[in-house]
Amino acid sequence: MDFTYTLAIILLPLVTFLTIGLLDKSMPNKLAGVLGTASIGTSFLLACYTAYQYFFVYGMVDGVYQKIIAYHITWLKFTDTLHIDLGVILDPISVMMLLVVTTVSLMVHIYSNGYMHGERGFNKFFSFLSLFSFSMLGLVVATNLFQMYIFWELVGVSSFLLIGYYYEKPSAVAASKKAFITTRFADLGFLIGILLLSWYTGTFDFVQLTQTSAIGTLESPAIATMGGISFMGLSVISWALILIFMGGAGKSAMFPLHIWLPDAMEGPTPVSALIHAATMVVAGVFLVARLFPIYAIAAPDALTVVMWVGAFSSLFAAIIACTQYDIKRVLAFSTMSQIGYMMLALGVSKYGGENGLGFTASMFHLTTHAMFKALLFLGAGSIIHAVHSNSMLDMGGLRKYMPITFITFGIAWLAICGFPGLSGFFSKDEILVAAMQNNTPVFIIAVVVAGLTAFYMSRLFFSVFFGKETKYHHTPHESPKTMTIPLMVLAFFAIFAGYIPFSKFVTSDGAAFATHFHWNVAIPVTLIAFIGMGIAYVLYFKESTIPTKVTKALKGVYTTIYNKFYIDEIYLFVTKKILFNIVARSIAWFDRHVIDATMNGFATVTNYVSNSIKGLQSGQVQKYGLVFLMGALTFALIFIYLVTK
Amino acid sequence: MNLHSFLLMRHELVLIAIMLIVLIAELATKDNRKSIIAPLALVLFGIHTVIGFLPMESGTLFGGMFNATPINNIMKNILNIGVLIILFQTQKTFDSELNRGKVSEYFIVLFSTLIGMFYMISAGDFLMFYIGLEIATIPLAALAAFNRHENKSAEAGIKLLLSSTLSSGILLYGLSMLYAANGSLFFTDLMHGTYTITSLHTLTLIFFFAGMAFKISLVPFHLWAADVYEGAPVNVTSYLSVISKGSAVFIFTVVLYTVFKNYAETWQPMMYIIAIFTMLVGNLFALRQNNLKRFLAFSSIAQAGFLLLGIIAGSAVGMATVIYYVLVYVFSNLAAFGVVSMIESHTGKTTISDLNGFYRTNPKLSLALMLALFSLAGIPPVAGFFGKFFLFTAVASVNTTPYHILLLIALLNTIISLYYYLMPVKAMFINKNESPIAYFKSDVFAKIGLSISLTGMVVVGFVSSIYEEILKFCFGL
Repeated sequence: MDFTYTLAIILLPLVTFLTIGLLDKSMPNKLAGVLGTASIGTSFLLACYTAYQYFFVYGMVDGVYQKIIAYHITWLKFTDTLHIDLGVILDPISVMMLLVVTTVSLMVHIYSNGYMHGERGFNKFFSFLSLFSFSMLGLVVATNLFQMYIFWELVGVSSFLLIGYYYEKPSAVAASKKAFITTRFADLGFLIGILLLSWYTGTFDFVQLTQTSAIGTLESPAIATMGGISFMGLSVISWALILIFMGGAGKSAMFPLHIWLPDAMEGPTPVSALIHAATMVVAGVFLVARLFPIYAIAAPDALTVVMWVGAFSSLFAAIIACTQYDIKRVLAFSTMSQIGYMMLALGVSKYGGENGLGFTASMFHLTTHAMFKALLFLGAGSIIHAVHSNSMLDMGGLRKYMPITFITFGIAWLAICGFPGLSGFFSKDEILVAAMQNNTPVFIIAVVVAGLTAFYMSRLFFSVFFGKETKYHHTPHESPKTMTIPLMVLAFFAIFAGYIPFSKFVTSDGAAFATHFHWNVAIPVTLIAFIGMGIAYVLYFKESTIPTKVTKALKGVYTTIYNKFYIDEIYLFVTKKILFNIVARSIAWFDRHVIDATMNGFATVTNYVSNSIKGLQSGQVQKYGLVFLMGALTFALIFIYLVTK
Repeated sequence: MNLHSFLLMRHELVLIAIMLIVLIAELATKDNRKSIIAPLALVLFGIHTVIGFLPMESGTLFGGMFNATPINNIMKNILNIGVLIILFQTQKTFDSELNRGKVSEYFIVLFSTLIGMFYMISAGDFLMFYIGLEIATIPLAALAAFNRHENKSAEAGIKLLLSSTLSSGILLYGLSMLYAANGSLFFTDLMHGTYTITSLHTLTLIFFFAGMAFKISLVPFHLWAADVYEGAPVNVTSYLSVISKGSAVFIFTVVLYTVFKNYAETWQPMMYIIAIFTMLVGNLFALRQNNLKRFLAFSSIAQAGFLLLGIIAGSAVGMATVIYYVLVYVFSNLAAFGVVSMIESHTGKTTISDLNGFYRTNPKLSLALMLALFSLAGIPPVAGFFGKFFLFTAVASVNTTPYHILLLIALLNTIISLYYYLMPVKAMFINKNESPIAYFKSDVFAKIGLSISLTGMVVVGFVSSIYEEILKFCFGL
């Protein structure tokens, strides 16, 4: 089967980006919107077709899903071993990601037609969206680490451009810079990790890197030797993978590299839904999943790091989310918390068969989360569109004005809380089962987070749609069809995505296994979620004074949490006070007085020489002839009498 | 030799046919219909360019005087693309009253120089080579003096003619000594002959070298370049600095790698010195220029210095990088010249300081010029970066200390060049200006030409198979 057509899925958004970007203002807004939507729509259809072909027709050989290289070129060839390739790999996780990315992207494109209507730079917005879609799709189908790194950076750039979309707002500019610098810093680790790994294994190629033999050891002999070399108590391969994970943690906003995500909410809401909820932020999870065989078999230490970082981030973010008032920030912290969930699921997983339940659960949760979180963000966008404010304090009783938003948002709320029967319930349950089987402390954290999630999401839901009767300047009204239709489609997925038998398709080793439903986990956790929802109901369903009393009683703790544990301030202290003041200043002095002075010296000499030889160019052709002859004769003299003799 | 084998001269024959068609069109059209000649020539040349890419046999003609090899074919195709872009940029020139009567003249002269270059590239014998060289050079003087009503243009023509006479004289002198020393002018005889290298041989090499260095404008044989480039019409300047130089580099590489193979120990140090001087002098002069054409002229001298690096490497990779670099250079330099010529023909402005604030009025042209300059300076992701990168790799792969020093010098020169390439960019984007060049609408042809160059600049960089394809047919010492 020839899968070369999958290339079109990736290239279509690129063509759209170039078309809209280059024509820019000479293209009518409507056309740009339709073109962008149509191209990602085509990509979506192709992705569906690919998924069908892969999962049901050609992908499985002898009961195992194969890695298919659909397209491959050697892009830059330096030596026979060092070459950078570009290509398209199809395996369960990349096909799954193709589906997730194109689905959410399509919905966001449709939604943006309404949401961004009449904005200045409408075309620019759509061209950036296309650029992002291209980069993200290129990332998920990368055949090797280096291609992934290239697209990884492209995704970062598109995210930077889109966060800073309202570039006239200083806060948006600051946020886009913060996001870019933080993730770039993390990518430094990623790059070093890539170099370490490829230096020892001699390849960037995923297929070669993750090839496993029947007994579950990695085939690549280089990886085996890497295990033997140790540095500061850990093997080199663990170091390489921890550094690679650092890149992943940066993109996926894991503690302590999460600081950019809340600020990134300065971008337009559809962007938050697409990039900062459903796709780009899960790139880190995808990265770990992509290299999972190495993590699980050759570097369990690195996997432990992944697990604890995920577990901690998930708890940390859930606590902060309980105190925030900005609707998008609550959702941002919730995203961070849920991604922490996915990470911890990968962390507790083992390689192969039913032991890989955590892997499957993580990918499952990634998919369902993409659907309901995108829905939550788009719903929030719809609310913001109507109320013209991000603050939950300005909202209340909106259910009467915006019925469709209310119902779809409600579905997403139930899904993320883990209400039985909805998608979040199933994927969360699998994660909890995997955690329970492998690591009790992590399991306890995960249960606590489930309760907290139910609490803060219900707090959000009740205080926006119920709660106090708020007076609005303009009566809020339901959003246009272009915005409500994506909400309804995503609501459909938020309900039913949970019924996909994921362990049949996406597993750590490609072989399907059967999952069993664990009532002993599901029932207590669901009860805990209900308790969280109940508390929120009491506090926020009707206007009440209890929340203020509680916050007053716990003033110190509350302000600490509200200020996100002052992590930003710690960063500022470290960068401004220590790095800038002490380190940077002395380096600046050295730079100015030593390096610059040397460079200025060079420049002066260059200038002087260039000034003094300008007489050569006299404009007199006889002089030119003379120089020509002298030149030839000088060479003759040098080479006949000095060099050869 | 039968009629069929004449097809080996496909490029040359088609060009001659085009020349004749243009000539007939000139005679057959009435005065008020002459405006069709320029587009006609463009279309015909477009067809010619496409034909060049059709598969072709290789072989020799005229008892080995004419070689048709795949690598020659690639070289000719590269030149064709460049000329095509120039023809696009030239179209508007003939709208003016002064030039209307000279349309066919321009194309016929231009095409005949190109034929000369093709024969020169395909030469298998120094006689053929020399004839090609002269066909390529003498009409160039006429082209440089094309705006004969302008003193500067006339001056450029006469300067080019005088200087090239001198250089041809020396070159021919060298060739005569070559014949005296070896008794043959055929490349193959010279290559395989067994002889010890005497002073006569060295002198031959140096005189040949001087003649070629003149065409490529290497220091100290470059002095004509700046004056001629400045005085000639913009499109002729771009032709001189890209096509003429490119063709000379091609044949120079081929001859050094074949005929003067045994002299490598002499010409490598020679080129080593010349490369350093050329890069340095070109850069140092470019630093001080305010006139855009002069600026590009000196920068193109420095670029020629970089090209020598690939030739010095003496490997198949070296040759491939030279050809690849020329390809990239064709696109980047023609893009830069394209913008400069648009500015000149619409506003008459020619200096860098005129560009101040250009971005505010003509953002698209500014971006195009910026990309072209980035490519010339070798900033990723445009093709210029890959060109320089491959060149430097070729030098670095000769793993000896002198080559590492050469590489270091080349890198330093890249930094100098970065400075002056960024000057126009700074002028366009950063410098403030109360009255920048007003917005103007450029003609469709020029826009197409510019788009081809820009596309080429991006595509050639990213599609690495182009480089691989070239490398397949290259050979080392």
